Amino acid sequence: MSEVVISAQSVGKTFGSGAGKVTALKDVSVDIFQNEFFTMLGPSGCGKTTLLRLIGGFEQATSGKILLEGQELNDLPPFKRPINTVFQSYALFPHLTVRQNITFGLEMKSISRDAANARADEMLELVQLADYGDRVPNQLSGGQQQRIALARALAPAPKVLLLDEPLSALDLKLRKEMQIELKRLQTETGITFVFVTHDQEEALAMSDRIAVMQSGEILQVGAPRDIYEQPTHRFVADFIGDSNFLRGDLVDAANGGRAISFGEGRVVNLAADITPAKTKDVSVSIRPERLTITDANAPLDNKLGGTISSITYFGTDTTYRVDLDGGAPVTVRMQNGDGATAPFGKGDRVGVVVPAEAIRVLVD
Amino acid sequence: MKVDASNPLWRFRGITSTAMLFFAYLYLPIVILIALSFNENRLATIWTGFTTDWYVAALSNDDMLRAAKNSLVIAISATVIATIAATLAAMGMSRGRFRGETGVSAILALPLLVPEVVTAIATLLFFVAIGIKLGLVTIIIAHTVFCIPFAYLPIRARIEGMDPSLREAANDLYANEWQAFRRVTLPLLWPGILSGAMLSFIISLDDFVISYFVGGAGATTLPIYIFGMIRIGITPEVNAISAMMLLVSIVFVSISFIIDRIRY
Repeated sequence: MSEVVISAQSVGKTFGSGAGKVTALKDVSVDIFQNEFFTMLGPSGCGKTTLLRLIGGFEQATSGKILLEGQELNDLPPFKRPINTVFQSYALFPHLTVRQNITFGLEMKSISRDAANARADEMLELVQLADYGDRVPNQLSGGQQQRIALARALAPAPKVLLLDEPLSALDLKLRKEMQIELKRLQTETGITFVFVTHDQEEALAMSDRIAVMQSGEILQVGAPRDIYEQPTHRFVADFIGDSNFLRGDLVDAANGGRAISFGEGRVVNLAADITPAKTKDVSVSIRPERLTITDANAPLDNKLGGTISSITYFGTDTTYRVDLDGGAPVTVRMQNGDGATAPFGKGDRVGVVVPAEAIRVLVD
Repeated sequence: MKVDASNPLWRFRGITSTAMLFFAYLYLPIVILIALSFNENRLATIWTGFTTDWYVAALSNDDMLRAAKNSLVIAISATVIATIAATLAAMGMSRGRFRGETGVSAILALPLLVPEVVTAIATLLFFVAIGIKLGLVTIIIAHTVFCIPFAYLPIRARIEGMDPSLREAANDLYANEWQAFRRVTLPLLWPGILSGAMLSFIISLDDFVISYFVGGAGATTLPIYIFGMIRIGITPEVNAISAMMLLVSIVFVSISFIIDRIRY
């Protein structure tokens, strides 16, 4: 792994005091690496924006510390941190031209006018708005303002670029374009991007690593695939994609490994590497696309009996709702085959096959 | 005037005459005053012909010019002090919520509501009690007080309308607090500041009650001078002076209004 750029160490942040005290972050620790596209993902109020603002210097941590390349940042005001921000509202200076916006940070760093202008041209080129230097922000569309905000923040070549939900004001099509654009800019500039969003799809599409946050804590940090395939918490499994949640007790499997029992005769084996913290009333999740429906009497392991209660056809795939014996309903998503006829009908008795490696044991 | 048929107001038959009556009530006295300032006849009520002599007379009246100069000195001084204080107050008030914020806001706007004569008497008593000699300085101090809310309100409205992340963006781009203020906050606030200053200027220029109470001998302002003149009798010269004051007021209020509408 490459070098750590930002290191948050047991960072806590509370707003207000007394009865109105709100804890925005509790004891958050995370390392962000050089040249990484790092996303903080979570619902509103999870603390992701607070953590970003602490890194930017717009708020002061109540406890813990934040390091930039090993140097403690806590007491440095925003204008002394080699970190730039793309604000949610873009915050372009309305009384300055696009070029003056981009050169603002360079001028403040006492870079000569010629060098600053050359850098502005370079940045405008980078965000593909080379001819827009003399306009004022109000003459630009939302997507163009977004690009200028990026150009302005990238111009001083910061060590870290912070992005606070920058795509949330754009329409869907533009948002998809900007996702690709952001990823390209990050790769081309080699600057570490720290991105905040509540949009899981956005996070999965762009990030090298994602930190999923809830109630002021980081629940899980990992590559998009790890977060999706191996969620550690029920919240993570639920927030990112669709999941089936089941509860059962841990038992010894016939093959010598571990298994989970959802009731008499309804036992499925677990993968060998899973070691749950407790044995009773264990919570597990299974992605709908990992389940398959078979004939009720098929002689297969890890098969649970049930009855199809509804079928929804989506073109490329079909979603089945199956009421498992013993009560719990699960959703099964299967790719449509040759498309001739639906293999199963509503009300059919079927078997649901649960691959051992598809079962994730969760922390509640 | 463009008549919009969908506006239910136009279904009320008497709307035109009612409106005319209303505007006549508001402005007819002023129109008459301006007309009579061009009247050749010394008797204000008899029209005999057009002349600009009264304006010439007014502008060559040394007492009037001295009063006008006093008024200008007072208005400019009070405006500058009040606008600076109001700008600082508005910026301070916008930096975040605090205990008693509503109370402080109310106190800032209170001079608008206190009866002027009460303020005048209170201020006079205060000056006498601390032993300041009445004159231009006391008028400037008193005017500054009631000018502050007039300057404060448009500046505060500007700040409220300003995206707080603009200042953060300036800080983020390596501008320290002073640079952020000078390069971002101030340029965005100046229409509000100028608008507030112009309002203050006019309010001070037009004030009579407070100036009358707290001004001593030799501190005659234009409104007090006019008041002194009409005690002798309404002459076309008074009309001419009043018309010129009106012109100045209209110009300043209009500029203030136009500036306040500037949007980026």
